[in-house]
Amino acid sequence: MTTNSPSKVHITTTINGQQHELLVPGYMSLLDTLRELIGLTGTKEGCLDGNCGACTVSVDGRIVDSCLVLGAEVDGKEVDTVEGMASPDGLHPLQQAFLEEAALQCGICTPGFLVAAKGLLDNEPSPSEDRIRHWLAGNLCRCTGYDKIVRAVQKASS
Amino acid sequence: MHPFAYVAPKTVSEAVSVLAEHGDRARPLAGGTDLLVKARANVWDLDAVVDVKNIPELMSLSINGAGLSIGAGVPCCQVYEHKDIQEQYPGIIDGASIIGGIQIQSRAGLGGNLCNAAPSGDGIPALIAYSAVAKISGPNGNREVAVEDFATGPSRTVLENGELLTSIEIPKPAANSGAAYTRFIPRNEMDIAVAGVGVFVQLDSEGKKFESARIALASVGPTPILAQKAGDSLAGKPVNDESIASAASLAKDAASPITDMRGTVDQRKHLVEVLTGRMLNQAIERARG
Amino acid sequence: MVATFEPKTDYKVVGTRPIRHDGYDKVTGRAIYGGDMKLPGLIWGVMVRSPHAHATIKSIDTSAAEAMKGVFSVITGADMPKAPSKLVDLGEGNVNFKWASNKLMADTKVLYRGHPVAAVAAVDRYVAEEAARKVVVEYDVLPAITNVVDALKPDAPILLDDLVGDDLGEDVTNTNMAAHVRHEFGDVEGAMASATHTIEREYNMQMVHQGYIEPHNATALWDEEDRIKVWTSTQGSFPARTQIAGILQVDVSRVKVTPLEIGGGFGGKIPVYFEPIAALLSKKSQRPVKMVMERTAVFETTGPTPGARMIVKLGADSNGKLTAATADIWFEAGANPGAFIGPAAQCVYAPYEIPNTRIDGWDVLVNKPKVAPYRAPGSPQVAFAMESAVDELCEQAGWDSLQFRIDNASKEGTRRGDGVLFSKIGMQEVLEATKQTDHWNSPIGDAPEGKVRGRGIANGYWFNIGLKSSANLSVNSDGTVQLTEGSTDIGGSRTSMAMHVAEVLGLDAHDVRPVVGDTESVGFTDVTGGSRTTYATGYACWQAANNLVDVLKQRVAILWDVKAEDVDFKDGVFISNAESAKTISFKELAGKLEDLGGPANSTGAVDLESAGDGFGTHIADVEIDLATGKTDVIRYTAIQDVGTAIHPSYVEGQLQGGSVQGIGWALNEEYFMHEDGRMANSSFLDYRMPTSLDLPPIDTVLVEVPNPLHPYGVRGVGETPICPPIPAIANAINDATGKRLYSTPMNAGSIVESLK
Repeated sequence: MTTNSPSKVHITTTINGQQHELLVPGYMSLLDTLRELIGLTGTKEGCLDGNCGACTVSVDGRIVDSCLVLGAEVDGKEVDTVEGMASPDGLHPLQQAFLEEAALQCGICTPGFLVAAKGLLDNEPSPSEDRIRHWLAGNLCRCTGYDKIVRAVQKASS
Repeated sequence: MHPFAYVAPKTVSEAVSVLAEHGDRARPLAGGTDLLVKARANVWDLDAVVDVKNIPELMSLSINGAGLSIGAGVPCCQVYEHKDIQEQYPGIIDGASIIGGIQIQSRAGLGGNLCNAAPSGDGIPALIAYSAVAKISGPNGNREVAVEDFATGPSRTVLENGELLTSIEIPKPAANSGAAYTRFIPRNEMDIAVAGVGVFVQLDSEGKKFESARIALASVGPTPILAQKAGDSLAGKPVNDESIASAASLAKDAASPITDMRGTVDQRKHLVEVLTGRMLNQAIERARG
Repeated sequence: MVATFEPKTDYKVVGTRPIRHDGYDKVTGRAIYGGDMKLPGLIWGVMVRSPHAHATIKSIDTSAAEAMKGVFSVITGADMPKAPSKLVDLGEGNVNFKWASNKLMADTKVLYRGHPVAAVAAVDRYVAEEAARKVVVEYDVLPAITNVVDALKPDAPILLDDLVGDDLGEDVTNTNMAAHVRHEFGDVEGAMASATHTIEREYNMQMVHQGYIEPHNATALWDEEDRIKVWTSTQGSFPARTQIAGILQVDVSRVKVTPLEIGGGFGGKIPVYFEPIAALLSKKSQRPVKMVMERTAVFETTGPTPGARMIVKLGADSNGKLTAATADIWFEAGANPGAFIGPAAQCVYAPYEIPNTRIDGWDVLVNKPKVAPYRAPGSPQVAFAMESAVDELCEQAGWDSLQFRIDNASKEGTRRGDGVLFSKIGMQEVLEATKQTDHWNSPIGDAPEGKVRGRGIANGYWFNIGLKSSANLSVNSDGTVQLTEGSTDIGGSRTSMAMHVAEVLGLDAHDVRPVVGDTESVGFTDVTGGSRTTYATGYACWQAANNLVDVLKQRVAILWDVKAEDVDFKDGVFISNAESAKTISFKELAGKLEDLGGPANSTGAVDLESAGDGFGTHIADVEIDLATGKTDVIRYTAIQDVGTAIHPSYVEGQLQGGSVQGIGWALNEEYFMHEDGRMANSSFLDYRMPTSLDLPPIDTVLVEVPNPLHPYGVRGVGETPICPPIPAIANAINDATGKRLYSTPMNAGSIVESLK
């Protein structure tokens, strides 16, 4: 693909519960691996330097900015994206709460917020408002002023 | 971004040999939160990145009677979630828990913070205050360097061609000691320190007199700075506002900041004085238990 | 003749909070935004950008890039069609094709840092980026102008040699001043001379960016029929088409714009940046070309709203009535003319009745990115100056600042600073509502040791535009309705449109299925901006729904064998005027249409003057660390006349989002410029927008004074809320520390400085 292209890396990774075997260029980010190689475009590009959180995914249960992870690094790991949140039974409670509370306007930051918030509630089912605001500080939203996002996460917590 | 190869060695010696082969066109990859930003901005043109996270030694985190050993690839979240570290090294937690947001903390670690050598590295002042030592492996063997001597300038370190930081060793804090780090940022998270101050104090058994102290500063010089005089000034002094104010003033003198988009010289020096006072009080409180 | 409407209250759908129709796609990651576009054979385009803010281009060598494996084509300024100097209205701001073209790709001179000088198309983004680095450009660097004062000095370097400035109607050349306008009413000098209390202050503001999270993007295919297909994130597919066709010098019908989901805009995605370039690369490459902007370039080359220098003088009599005001306003346009001094003049005095006023405004070129609309463009700047001056005047005279605002509030018949007379407006109602809020009536509480607290209020105003909108409806056999409308949906507007239709037809909001049409599937529709969308496109939807009722009455007439005029329609049911027992519901009728003349469709099309004037008042409580200057907003309430809230959740969201953008602008956001015209903080790390941890809950009070110009009383909402926060915070800081700040950002450094 590129001139003097460095060799690609063979990886096996589980994405939203499905195993994928891929050849990833060494320099390709996890974000591009998901978007360009797998076609999962729910994970969004916002800044490419880890300051907006739009590309948040979960790797082995920890949330990361996928723009700052290489695709090659997730060999043998479990990656979860916004596309994996709903089940055949319906939306994840966070997704439902975001809709009911009008926690999105343009929606570009929403996948990152949902994955990040899930990372919180999976470990802390009843966080305080301050804890929610602290946990989500790595995700920028420019439309909502965060008020309805925080309410939605509170609603989805037990 | 220059296209680079991804290499994932399983031993230190393999990593060292790849790094030595490529010189400054290869870099170790731990959290990647600085490396990939610099590669993408063409600050670094790389032919290879060397992922160190498959090297067990660099991923180990251990705490025992001798002290705390943090592998160079261990992310911040593992450090600040560790119950024993929370209890025994609160100053380390102060730094590790404010580098970036939660996403960054899943990946970025104190080793990377040290190697990135930003004057503003939030993880570094507390390490300096705790008298931490950096363990380095390279083509010519192993060596140790005090953390305050690790950075030699912005984005520059003592690491020679082929050398790799393997771990940070932090001695067990003495009895009646306490430490703390804070920084000033305009927002409440996700920001670069305008100024940062880490302190370590050891008090007498009564908690009324300073036995010794170390004060380290971030974002007020080309590297994180050990404010030696400021810390030394406290030895033997009573724990009171006057001693603290005098040390804070000396810390201010040790700062040699620049004016840039994040703050002015005056603002930064002023902040060093304010934060030194606050952190000394915090560390004293912790020392007294 | 403008139609007016009596207020109603018995709504079934209006005022409810249904789940937005596009919500499921947006919470599952399925929604396709501009950056998600994929096409067979897609290749990537990347810009080559100037590292200098002001320089002459000596040479460009593209040979090394062209020789790279995987590269399809390279273009430079020489490939740009020569667009004529022609001004076209885009609804919120104008565009001159000549300047717009030059902004996208430099000709012989670069005028701002990041100004594109070439573009490369290659097999993927990584290769395109590498190739772009291989384009060699030689420059003669010129001194850069970074503020209005330097720009207007007699010996200032001139940005545009061929600019003819308009100085109060006189042509001027060899200038960086694009325009100087004046509005003067009454005897300003006399009134000022006889005023009991006067105040005169200068205010300065740095440029700030809209800060949308989605970077600009475009995908274009220039096909063999010479048709140009564009997929993009835009605030208006038709205005985008106008710009693309104008810059490429082709007929508008040659260009088809398909709007994809858009990740924020706030005005900044009205101008096009990539679309014509991607089209030219596509033509040369014979492939569809996609471009996605890097964040640094988003800051350096798109957006910002003008930086400003303003001098405001106010005069009041001994009874606390404003008698005279003057405002001198210099706005930074960036590298091309067009700095929103018109809107600034419309807004500066709008919340007040002042008999004698003068406004002078200057549109000034500097070596910074050409400004773009940003949420009430020009109004937050003048609100900062005016509302700070009002507060300081009250402080000097010992007047209560809320009561002063009530006593001087503009109302029906008040003359705005540009001469327009207000119709029914809600400034007084908003101020009265402010007085009643829990926030205003609660004590601020004691600050912890070392900290102080303060409260501030301020007004804000936006005039809200009307303009053109279109909508189509068709009835499905199951009794639902398909709605195609032309407004790109940036924050839930599809659902407001569907609610307009559902209210008319007596349906549930979810029985109307809205889609945003492309430029070949719906009639002309202006931008999603100017706070016009729910008003104007909603109006078109209402009209289409009423037209649909008329169409369906004809079908009922066939069914019942009566005349159409004998059929009435109420609450979703058709009724016979002749026989009251005869009824058929909309849903029943839909199932019978196959035998009653077939498909039932309708259309709505409007061109409206104004979406009604929007007034708001905000209350801000701050807590300041006296040692560090750190300011935290600890309580915040936005009160606004919203006309009628169609979907209150999204109206509240507009107030909350606008407030927070204003809070960011007040405290930390700025273009921090090096002297040579480089922006020092072109990343989300250092361009410090508020995070969730920096904010309290944002409380809202929706004051509903129905707008008589809309069938349901809708008034423009989205822009007004960014105007009050900056002065409200300035006033709160002053309340807390006793020190007033006259420049933004009012950051920790400047607060500590003020306390020295």
